Amino acid sequence: MSDKNRLMDLYRRSVLQHSREPKNFGRLESASLQAEGHNPLCGDKITVYLTLAGENIEEITFEGIGCAISLASASMMTETIKGKTILTAESTLSDVVDAFTHPEKPWDSDQHGELAALSGVRQYPSRIKCATLPWKTLSAAIAGNHQTISTE
Amino acid sequence: MNPNQTRKKDAESGAALDNKRIRSDFPILAQSINNHPLAYLDSAASSQRPQQVIDAIRHYYSHDHSNVHRGVHTLSHRATEAYEGTREKVRQFINAESTSEIVFTKGTTESINLVADSLGRDFSPGDEILISHMEHHSNIVPWQLLCEKNGTRLVVAPINNQGELLLDDCLGLISDKTRLIAITHVSNALGTINPVENLIIEARSRNIPVLVDGAQAIPHQAVDVRALDCDFYAFSSHKMCGPTGIGVLYGKQQWLDRMPPYQGGGDMILSVSFKETLYNELPYKFEAGTPNIAGAVGLGAAIDYLSEISMPAIAAYEAKLLTYATSAIGQLPGVELVGTAAKKAGVISFNIEGIHPHDIGTILDHQGVAIRTGHHCAMPVMEFFGIAGTARASLAFYNNEDDIDQLVTGLKLAIKMFQQ
Ligand SMILES: Cc1ncc(COP(=O)(O)O)c(C=O)c1O
Repeated sequence: MSDKNRLMDLYRRSVLQHSREPKNFGRLESASLQAEGHNPLCGDKITVYLTLAGENIEEITFEGIGCAISLASASMMTETIKGKTILTAESTLSDVVDAFTHPEKPWDSDQHGELAALSGVRQYPSRIKCATLPWKTLSAAIAGNHQTISTE
Repeated sequence: MNPNQTRKKDAESGAALDNKRIRSDFPILAQSINNHPLAYLDSAASSQRPQQVIDAIRHYYSHDHSNVHRGVHTLSHRATEAYEGTREKVRQFINAESTSEIVFTKGTTESINLVADSLGRDFSPGDEILISHMEHHSNIVPWQLLCEKNGTRLVVAPINNQGELLLDDCLGLISDKTRLIAITHVSNALGTINPVENLIIEARSRNIPVLVDGAQAIPHQAVDVRALDCDFYAFSSHKMCGPTGIGVLYGKQQWLDRMPPYQGGGDMILSVSFKETLYNELPYKFEAGTPNIAGAVGLGAAIDYLSEISMPAIAAYEAKLLTYATSAIGQLPGVELVGTAAKKAGVISFNIEGIHPHDIGTILDHQGVAIRTGHHCAMPVMEFFGIAGTARASLAFYNNEDDIDQLVTGLKLAIKMFQQ
């Protein structure tokens, strides 16, 4: 892949779009679960909010600052997770983190849908944490972990 | 010579600096990164090394290595000569009075920790340490640790929106309780050159010691510790073309004499018994254990190299390049410069509207341009400006306008990509 194309592969149109106008962005006043995630490398912080209806994640939002990769990842995450049961969400997030952090495995596009647009990040070891931060923060929120989690 | 004449002469020597020849001394610069020539604009994080430094270290390990100060054999003698030879080179380079005042450390960070631990040992609750809002974490956290230990208070002098120290406010914060002033000479995040001279004059009249963090000043300008009249001056070899893992604490003898040892071990003692241990003379009192001898050898070669080019010539060359770079970057759409002090060294911190510094860093890396992105170990500075971080291009005398042009081309691509 040419160099320019590799870059375009990282910053695909949908990634840039999500980062410019992230979905489900903002504080959720009624949140029953929330957690804060922190990437000490760049100082980025993100908070993930959830409301539950029984076993279902009824609402999910996030707020914070971050690079295009982390914002797009967070935005796509809220769309992927919304309406899922906690159990499904947990297994999805563990699959997604696994997919991001194992560049040697083929990306299963059937499984992760739109998130495939972010698969280019796997070629950038220093940027993988940007993509996983929202998911790890979601994991902390589900676990009811109120301590700030960190990518380090 | 009056200052104007000196400046003129400096400017002339700057024009004379042979950048092409200098670049050929740095093997690392002659490579491609992602199919582009490397434009290394991250020297504030760590500079690169000329072949002369690499060769000196290789020669030392190939021919001269042994432990220092310990043997009667030839190699020990050579190693000691090399190690102590660098101490004399450092003394000359910063115009200290005596080699007793040159303590080798791991780097700026350890130099500052040494002073915090040793000088700070008899600070009491209520005593104050004055720093500025633009310090590197390594000139903040050691003082915070000290405050935790003995109840000393950390007082922080404010800065303005250009990233300049508010000198009058700073002077106003000096009190009868101030035990030490610790301030950076040049800010690594903003490039600001601080008026440390004025601060030192005031401190001197009140007999308060001043520690200057010289990590970012020493590679870019001539430093004369006696003209400055500072009490401590800390710097790192790796930012001035020398190896990592070694640095210097300059301390006036009157302070170092009074200060208790920092760490205990070999070399820092005269005699040890279970009844009484006598500490070695200066500077060895502060150098426990086998030191970084090869590091010192490399630092010595780096000082020779810089001295041959001459620090005033380097300063003049970099000042011109800074002007060029600042205007080229400043003209790009959406760019906001962070740190616009009247007196600046070769650091350009900036943000581009709608593009996170990390993304800028990745896109530039794709075009062979190495810059630093993030908070630059100066989170209070970022907090002051209400930002999470910046993109930072930092200059050295081996950079040239081509590097800046490559940076600008890269930034244009980033802007275009994020506008689509
Ligand atoms: C102003 C300043 N002070 C201190 C340091 C710490 O230097 P070192 O990490 O070499 O100990 C740095 C390095 O980034 C710096 O820029």
